[in-house]
Amino acid sequence: MHVGVQWFVGVSAVLFGIGLFGVFTRRSPIVLLLSVEIMLNSCNLALIAFSRQMGQTSGQIFALVVMAVAASEVVVGLGLVVALARRRVTLDVDSLTALRD
Amino acid sequence: MTYDIVFVVASLLAIASALGVVLSSNPFHSALFLILNLAALATFYLLLSADFLAAAQVIVYAGAVMIMFLFVTAYLGGHANEPVVDRPVWQTLAALVAAAAIVIELVFALAKASYRPAAPVSPLYGSAQNVAVGFLSRYLLAFEATSILLLVAAVGGVVLGTRRPQSRAVGEPGAFEREWTPVTPTVQSAVMGVETSFPVTPVPAEEPEVKH
Repeated sequence: MHVGVQWFVGVSAVLFGIGLFGVFTRRSPIVLLLSVEIMLNSCNLALIAFSRQMGQTSGQIFALVVMAVAASEVVVGLGLVVALARRRVTLDVDSLTALRD
Repeated sequence: MTYDIVFVVASLLAIASALGVVLSSNPFHSALFLILNLAALATFYLLLSADFLAAAQVIVYAGAVMIMFLFVTAYLGGHANEPVVDRPVWQTLAALVAAAAIVIELVFALAKASYRPAAPVSPLYGSAQNVAVGFLSRYLLAFEATSILLLVAAVGGVVLGTRRPQSRAVGEPGAFEREWTPVTPTVQSAVMGVETSFPVTPVPAEEPEVKH
């Protein structure tokens, strides 16, 4: 390997920071979910980089589990967004402070 | 050398597209930028010889999750756009500082650490066979937990997506307990079918036109 593991993890850290910035600043729940996806994927990249460094498969399996978690999170999050939009609620995360009827 | 060039191009692409996701004002563009980001990450996985995960990334994320995102964004239309609210500048600045603090901290820790060279791996490393053997033997519990999680998420998606029936008062008969009154067949009900609950307004019977 030419590029060491630290470069991959560095890129993953930068991506995590960008996703965190998006979660902090954006108000649309869809873009919020997209930012969370960026953060989860950056964690996946770090897991796979360290897994390659150690020469073991465990990190890759963990990354697969993270992918399933991300998919589930997207399903529930988008379901909530659609249910809210159907009730004609403004899609602004600052005003959506209570999950009730 | 080629390895390094691919790494640099993929990392620039990943960071630029992640910035595009966060900064573009149109959610549809954000989702498209995220597809680019996922493709760049799949390149990283290939560089790290995680072949199966690269394929899974493209198929599961770019193929399934992102399509769902795009569908929902298109379904919501302009409703999905960023609500126009004047936000105080200090919020953006604080978010920038908080995000930058974590990145700087992580990069500092990475720069300070010492690294062994990467362990040598067999050519089978990262193949579907290798991952599957680990997933179905040593990490079987994680596999089962993942499948239960996916089932729960699917049920939750159905529950969230279903329209609730109209709530009724206590003692009010439900849809199947109501007394059924036979509808006098009219032209409309004959066309619609009497058994449908479609509200049919009976048409007053007309006098048959007498032809001369």
